[in-house]
Amino acid sequence: MNRSSKIIRYVSRRLIQGIPIILAIVVLNFFLLNLAEGDAVDVLAGEAGSATPEYMEEMRKKFGLDKPLPVQLAVYLKNVLQLDLGYSFRHDMQVTELIIDRFWPTLILMVSTILLAVGFGVLLGLFAAINLNTWKDSMVSVFALITYATPLFWVGLMMIILFSIKNDWFPTSGMENSAMFYEGFERVKDIAHHLVLPTITLSLFYLALYTRMMRASMLEQYGQDYVITARAKGVSERRITFVHVLRNALLPVVTMAGVQVGALIGGSVIVESVFAWPGLGMLAFESLFARDLNLLLGIFLLSSGLVVAVNLVVDVVYCFLDPRIEVN
Amino acid sequence: MTDKLLQISKLDIALPEGSERDLAVEDLNIELSPGETLCIVGESGSGKSLTARALMGLLPAPHVRVKKGTISFCGEDLTQATEPRMRQIRGSEISMIFQEPMTALNPVMTIGVQIDEVFRYHAEMSQSERRKRAIELLEDVQLPDPKQIMAAYPHELSGGQRQRAMIAMALALEPKILIADEPTTALDVTTQAQILKLVSDMQTVHKSGVLFITHDFGVVADIADRVVVMQYGRVVETGTVDKVLNEPEHTYTKALIASVPSLMPRAPRPRSEQIVLSADKIQKTFGGGKSFFGLGKPNRFVHAVKDVTLDLRSGETLGVVGESGSGKSTLARCIIRLLDSDGGNIMLDDVDIRALNRAEMRPLRTKIQMVFQDPFASINPRIKVGQIISQGPIIQGESRQNAEARARELLEIVGLDERAFNRYPHEFSGGQRQRIGIARALALDPEILVADEPVSALDVSIQAQILELLDEIRENMNLSMLFITHDLRVAAQVCDRLAVMRYGEIVETGATSEIFKNPQHSYTQDLLAAVPGKKWDRKIAG
Repeated sequence: MNRSSKIIRYVSRRLIQGIPIILAIVVLNFFLLNLAEGDAVDVLAGEAGSATPEYMEEMRKKFGLDKPLPVQLAVYLKNVLQLDLGYSFRHDMQVTELIIDRFWPTLILMVSTILLAVGFGVLLGLFAAINLNTWKDSMVSVFALITYATPLFWVGLMMIILFSIKNDWFPTSGMENSAMFYEGFERVKDIAHHLVLPTITLSLFYLALYTRMMRASMLEQYGQDYVITARAKGVSERRITFVHVLRNALLPVVTMAGVQVGALIGGSVIVESVFAWPGLGMLAFESLFARDLNLLLGIFLLSSGLVVAVNLVVDVVYCFLDPRIEVN
Repeated sequence: MTDKLLQISKLDIALPEGSERDLAVEDLNIELSPGETLCIVGESGSGKSLTARALMGLLPAPHVRVKKGTISFCGEDLTQATEPRMRQIRGSEISMIFQEPMTALNPVMTIGVQIDEVFRYHAEMSQSERRKRAIELLEDVQLPDPKQIMAAYPHELSGGQRQRAMIAMALALEPKILIADEPTTALDVTTQAQILKLVSDMQTVHKSGVLFITHDFGVVADIADRVVVMQYGRVVETGTVDKVLNEPEHTYTKALIASVPSLMPRAPRPRSEQIVLSADKIQKTFGGGKSFFGLGKPNRFVHAVKDVTLDLRSGETLGVVGESGSGKSTLARCIIRLLDSDGGNIMLDDVDIRALNRAEMRPLRTKIQMVFQDPFASINPRIKVGQIISQGPIIQGESRQNAEARARELLEIVGLDERAFNRYPHEFSGGQRQRIGIARALALDPEILVADEPVSALDVSIQAQILELLDEIRENMNLSMLFITHDLRVAAQVCDRLAVMRYGEIVETGATSEIFKNPQHSYTQDLLAAVPGKKWDRKIAG
């Protein structure tokens, strides 16, 4: 069997394995969320200011909240399997529609963050390792230490003060200037402009992490026997660094990046709040306080699917990077 | 005009400050002529590997450097050569092969690319020409199916095949000098014999000078023209191979040669009638597991131990010999119940210990104890030596006081100072740690000792001491021993009986002297034929 058909087989098997995992996550989330006091009706009634207990009972009946938990779960699972994530009474919209609406902003933010963090992290780590124990190396280490130790929300606020308020370079919040009704390329430019600050804020922490990891990984690989072999062949230091060592040093960084995609969704809640980025993080945060469980479960379902998918992608990428890993 | 390829004179190599000694190599003088094989022999720490590195200009700078002296290569002083010039020389005029074929090749680059690099950096050739040459080279080193090997990654080849690929790489541009730093130490004896033959064949063809670094006198006897013996960074003796091996002058050389175990098995002792341990039809397989939903291929299945049956009688040492992957360590672990075997039974004094669970096994653990191969990895570095030894008896219900008193006694028995009791393992050398490991095993007063390659990580002089210690202990405490080893020389000196294993099966058993004199199975014959230094042995014996 050749490599590509092996990989296709592997991917399809992993996708099938993903289904029970995601279902288990759904069930777990369902019970966890129901542990919290109060439901959507409490919140709605509270906001309305006056509601009789009879009216609240009626609303619960309408929402299906009066049934015992296992029944609610069974109904929910049945709907999920039919790809129906239910209805958000809070937003008066289909959950699916709502989530997909908010999914793209989050995806844009995440992808740009990962590219920035991994890309620059690898470059900085490489740069530090090549210039080991010089002032350049120290500069990188100090930069990494500071960004590593600074809280996300503070960085976000400082960025706004520095680049939006003091110097009017970037917008303070939002994803696009909706009042301008940009179309096509103009719109892309506008979104990119809005994207700069949130992306930098969210990626700084991870950037520091990957920088340190890459540096350590490069140094470890420099100490390996194959480097001496390459030197003994008369191979130039340049080729040793960029061909022999780099590829081996990347392996742990790729693994780490894959694992952290999940954590990134969590981190995006803060950044989305600070920059009023209309993404899933914000939505999740709001729906938690509104006890909008249907919506929350939908978001969780989507994020768990995302994590499973990203892990699969990382594993496949890994196969190409490291020939010793065999898919089976 | 000099016809020497290489002349090292008065070479000093400095170690970083605060090291055990100031100079790794001191006042070294070596000469090498074309077509000659010069062996540098010494134990670990003798400076032999650093000498090789210095030649290549590959000392781990800036900590270790050439302090003074010259390395004259065809009249050019390499200690003064610039880095670009050295890069030119490396791989084309002087090349090197290393000890660990597992780690010496880049795991994520194909063999083809790695051979190609040599040509890329030293010769002006078109890509197709380079490829053609690389395939020829792989053919020269007798690798099967060179085209496929070109596209293979290192992990797809066996240790011996990788070492062949390394040799192909080193010989690509017909270097004047080939430096081989323990190239066969990590290989099985039969593979070692093939690689040694390959090196000497290649040398005859290319007329290169070979600088062969080794700790194994058997190898020296087989391939060397001249020998240099090093100790603590100094040359203690040089001369032709005949002279150094047969009429050594320096006391250190004499001691080293005396500690090489002889291939003459020791005289057989009468065999006791009492069976202390018998294993019957032991099975062990690794891998397996079910595939998921029928997708994906069934997992690899390794039959590590197949139907192994053996008896250990009171007071005897039974050697299990075989090459790597033969299942000998797995067998030992199954017998001592570190691994659960899949079938058969293991009778220890009328109890089938294979059927026992952990708790039932615990009291019986005192009867059978193990000594491990790696004296560094097998001892917990965070626990003091005294505790390491007394832990076992305390778990078995002995009072702390008695256990500790016994631990002190044992330290003495294995030849360590009583003060070792309160120290941590890292303060001891490999040989001393192995003594600690033996004391730990003895603390429970076992009847049976299972020793898994207890001396293979040690230098030859230390090896001799540990073997002597094991012998002594066996006599005094009336132990029966199961001795796992890949080294037939060691087996000849220690074991009363041998079981030869291959692919998980015992192919031959018998008294050691019988097997050495008259091996029945063809594999045993191959193994015996591959032991380095046989001729030399016969010379001493006769």
